[in-house]
Amino acid sequence: MSFWLIQSLNSLALGGVLFTLAAGFSLIFGLMRIANLSHGAYFMLGAYVGLSVIEAGHSFFLAILAAAVAIGLLGCVVERVILRRLAGNSLSQVLATLGVAFVIADCSLWFWGGDPRPVAAPSFLAGGVQILGQTFPLYRIALVIFSIFVALGLWLLLDKTKLGVMIRASVDDRQMAQGIGVPATKLFSIVFCLGAALAGVGGIAAAPILSVYPGLDADMLPIALVVVILGGLGSLLGAFIGSFLIGFIYSFGQALFPDLAYIILFLPMLIILAVRPRGLFGKISA
Amino acid sequence: MLKKIHLKAVALAVTGALLTPAAFAADKAPIRVGFLTIKSGALAAGGKQMEEAINLFMKERNNTIAGRKVELFVADTSGQPAVTKTKTQELVEKDKVQVIIGPLAAFEAIAVDDYIKKVGVPVISPSAGAEDLTQRKPNPWFVRGVGSSAQPSHALGEYAAKDLKYKRIAIIADDFAFGHEIAAGFQRTFEENGGKVVQKLWTPLNVADYGTYIGQIKPNVDAVFAAFAGGNGVKFVKQYSEYGLKGKIPLLGAMTTVDEGILPFMGDDALGVISTGWYSANLNNAANAKFVKDFNTAYKKDPGYYSMGAYGAALMLEQALKDVKGNIEDKNAFMAALRAVQLPNDPRGKVTLDALGNPIMDIYIRKVEKKDGKLSNVVIKTYPAVSQFWTYKTKDFLSNPVYSRDYPPANNLEN
Repeated sequence: MSFWLIQSLNSLALGGVLFTLAAGFSLIFGLMRIANLSHGAYFMLGAYVGLSVIEAGHSFFLAILAAAVAIGLLGCVVERVILRRLAGNSLSQVLATLGVAFVIADCSLWFWGGDPRPVAAPSFLAGGVQILGQTFPLYRIALVIFSIFVALGLWLLLDKTKLGVMIRASVDDRQMAQGIGVPATKLFSIVFCLGAALAGVGGIAAAPILSVYPGLDADMLPIALVVVILGGLGSLLGAFIGSFLIGFIYSFGQALFPDLAYIILFLPMLIILAVRPRGLFGKISA
Repeated sequence: MLKKIHLKAVALAVTGALLTPAAFAADKAPIRVGFLTIKSGALAAGGKQMEEAINLFMKERNNTIAGRKVELFVADTSGQPAVTKTKTQELVEKDKVQVIIGPLAAFEAIAVDDYIKKVGVPVISPSAGAEDLTQRKPNPWFVRGVGSSAQPSHALGEYAAKDLKYKRIAIIADDFAFGHEIAAGFQRTFEENGGKVVQKLWTPLNVADYGTYIGQIKPNVDAVFAAFAGGNGVKFVKQYSEYGLKGKIPLLGAMTTVDEGILPFMGDDALGVISTGWYSANLNNAANAKFVKDFNTAYKKDPGYYSMGAYGAALMLEQALKDVKGNIEDKNAFMAALRAVQLPNDPRGKVTLDALGNPIMDIYIRKVEKKDGKLSNVVIKTYPAVSQFWTYKTKDFLSNPVYSRDYPPANNLEN
């Protein structure tokens, strides 16, 4: 009994981490059709920035804010200086984001060194709660709640604001939206910036669980891809459901079929793609 | 007439040049040492620690060993076997190195094994522990500066059964050769001394989170043996505590699980972890006191697995060069000297090599304690002069399959 409970909680926590990672990726892909391969690097860099803020003696919340601002700005710069010049050439854009990922990875190694760095959870979330005689880390529960807030915030932004209407219109039919006067270029900047900021926040939010180390970027990027492809490209609901689905598949798969740990992550994606090529909640792209 | 004399003079000069002893000419050229390390990717931390130790060694010797200048050629393999092979070829063919210290990871060592055999360049391994490199598939040009993977865990297995009186243990280890071999050595001696390994959990090397696995650890075991490489120990020890197991089930570790290289990042979660290894920064001998002091002065931290590995490899190189009076050009004589190296005053204690090129040295049982405000591996027991074959006969040991995920078979697993 407690096995199922603990693993379920683990799955939820992992799902929460994955959503903050995948939401930004999905947003950027939905609007710009760019598979942003630097997304994992933004995630890692967000964690490193947050770590430095915490080590300087500031609070965890300031760390989250700093990661959001720093990585959001970086995203802005990358979009303006590099991606915009390559507009319309999606292959070049994908390669450019891959290049950015390598640059970030090497700069991080140079600046923060190669040692793995654990990040402490904020003190009031340290420790655990007793559930059926087993201890479960409190921070993980907080993380699930946090990811639900992020999802709600994004939903409000996309569904209840004018900006959101424009973004959704552009995702649905970019040419038509441009035709009726939606400022697509400006939207691109805003969305890329927001997507990067989300990745940065995800990085520092997940750091107390994952630690920060060189290679974190490469470890997380494929999982983000799996989540987004499974959920449906460009669908936030898909990213949300996909995150928790993968969270469950990953945790239970590893626990019940330890020898198949790697297969378990990718097999569901393959099956769903074979049956439903646009993913669970993806729309048929124009 | 004049012409004749001139010719004679030239002939004489040429003969003279030919007759000059080769060693005289060699004295002038520096010894060329290749160093394979990793500066990027997940293993970069260990690579950096290795390089720090080598640089310290060279500085201490003023770049001179056995009376000859030494030139160091550093190559970054990125921890990718294909790159390791290219870099090794580059070192040998372009830089003309005469001996190589490296590479870091076992799969890298295996990747260059054939090439090393072919070109016959002496290699001293500063880290790679893969058992068969000095067992069933020895390479005449390869010696190890460090021990084999299971060499220290044989000792811990016996210690856990005999001294700690543990009966039931769960093993959790990295799912790759190094983790398999460490776990296998532990299981073998632990079970031969009456214990039972009742659970084995293999975690992928780049696992995002240990929560899934920690949730599965049986609550009714006497201890958990955790065998992790690189930075994974940091993550595991922290999460072990977060899930409330610290203080409930004692934690045992391999040398790398609580290595000095990662210990400063662990915090109090690591306190009390008992581990095994061929080194501790706390060892009480003159050579180590000097090594630790110099290392601390240079880098503000204690040396650990990777640093001691590279430093130990350099000490072996130095001893072998002294034994051949610096004449590394006689490759066969140098290799023979390398295989016969004896280091009575290594920071690890006394180190000699067995017939297959693997060190025989003391193995220490260590416990993480706080000393002068920082975490430290304090030695609580010493097993003297341990070989890679533990107490088994070499022939018997080698007639078994190499340690792996499934060998020796775990007959006491419970579901």
